[in-house]
Amino acid sequence: MNKISSRLALFLPLGLFAALSLVLLMGLDKDPTELPSALVGERFPAFALPDLENQDEILSRADIEGEVLLVNVWATWCFACRIEHPHLNTLAEQGVKIIGLNYKDQRKPARLWLLERGNPYAFNIFDAEGSLGIDLGVYGAPETYLVDAQGIIRHRRVGVVDPRIWAQEFSQLYYELTGERPELSGAP
Amino acid sequence: MIRWGLLLLIFQANLLLASAEIVPFSDESLRPRYQQLIEELRCPKCQNQNLADSNSPISQDLREQVRRLLEEDLTDAEIKEYLKSRYSEFILYRPEVNQNTWLLWAAPVLFLIIGILVLYRLYFNSAASARAVTPEKNGLDSHNQQRLDELLQENRDQQ
Repeated sequence: MNKISSRLALFLPLGLFAALSLVLLMGLDKDPTELPSALVGERFPAFALPDLENQDEILSRADIEGEVLLVNVWATWCFACRIEHPHLNTLAEQGVKIIGLNYKDQRKPARLWLLERGNPYAFNIFDAEGSLGIDLGVYGAPETYLVDAQGIIRHRRVGVVDPRIWAQEFSQLYYELTGERPELSGAP
Repeated sequence: MIRWGLLLLIFQANLLLASAEIVPFSDESLRPRYQQLIEELRCPKCQNQNLADSNSPISQDLREQVRRLLEEDLTDAEIKEYLKSRYSEFILYRPEVNQNTWLLWAAPVLFLIIGILVLYRLYFNSAASARAVTPEKNGLDSHNQQRLDELLQENRDQQ
């Protein structure tokens, strides 16, 4: 009996090695740049910031509550936003309400961007200093938040929302909240 | 000559880096706390840099925010909580002990205990075998000679 258990003990390092390999193997699939989200399930933070088009108009949280909508963080300096923009246009055409958060940008190029590429946004919050960005925990544009009618953040995507991401992460949740199922072409 | 020139360049580069950012404080006693905080907080955009080391725009903004919060008289714990509630635990370079991180914190102690156990066993086994060694003609000690005889006997029995 004693002999058998001491023999088995020789396999312990092998077993530990196998277990460690398995854990590390699972880690390979994870995207290390993706942060756990602190705000999902929380209310959208309060803010008081001007409108991009009209600097005298001060927008606040009340302007975005009451409806299911997307809040999209974008900027003209953000290259990935160029790739994302047509998808936002497609969603807006299908009746998705999208609020823009123009993040650490300048008014003139931002307005020009919307003229050139089309404007999918119901309106744009102009956050030149990035203060709402800090309250949201924004660390890179683009970011997209799905906010429900109570103003609770239900989902957050850091990075481009493309047909694949829409189908995987947003579509079902959006359907549950609104009963509608807008689609982005090219979804698998 | 060129060598001296290069050396001079290196020193100048250091000077430039050192003077890259001047952070104004109303009270100088806040500065060491600021330094400590930005070294313990992680840049959310970078994989492995703290706010002090990183020059990414988000780090600059967060350093400024830390400075502002210090001026507003928040404690270090409150500032960390403020950032944690926005950027998640990722931002803390020294994570809190909770159900996700207890293993991380306990691991060094666990490994130390395992290491001591292994050393203990190795030491006593070698001491025991050192005592047991009595060289035989075929190079086997008496214990192994006995086992060899047993195994051979078993083999014969099976046939």
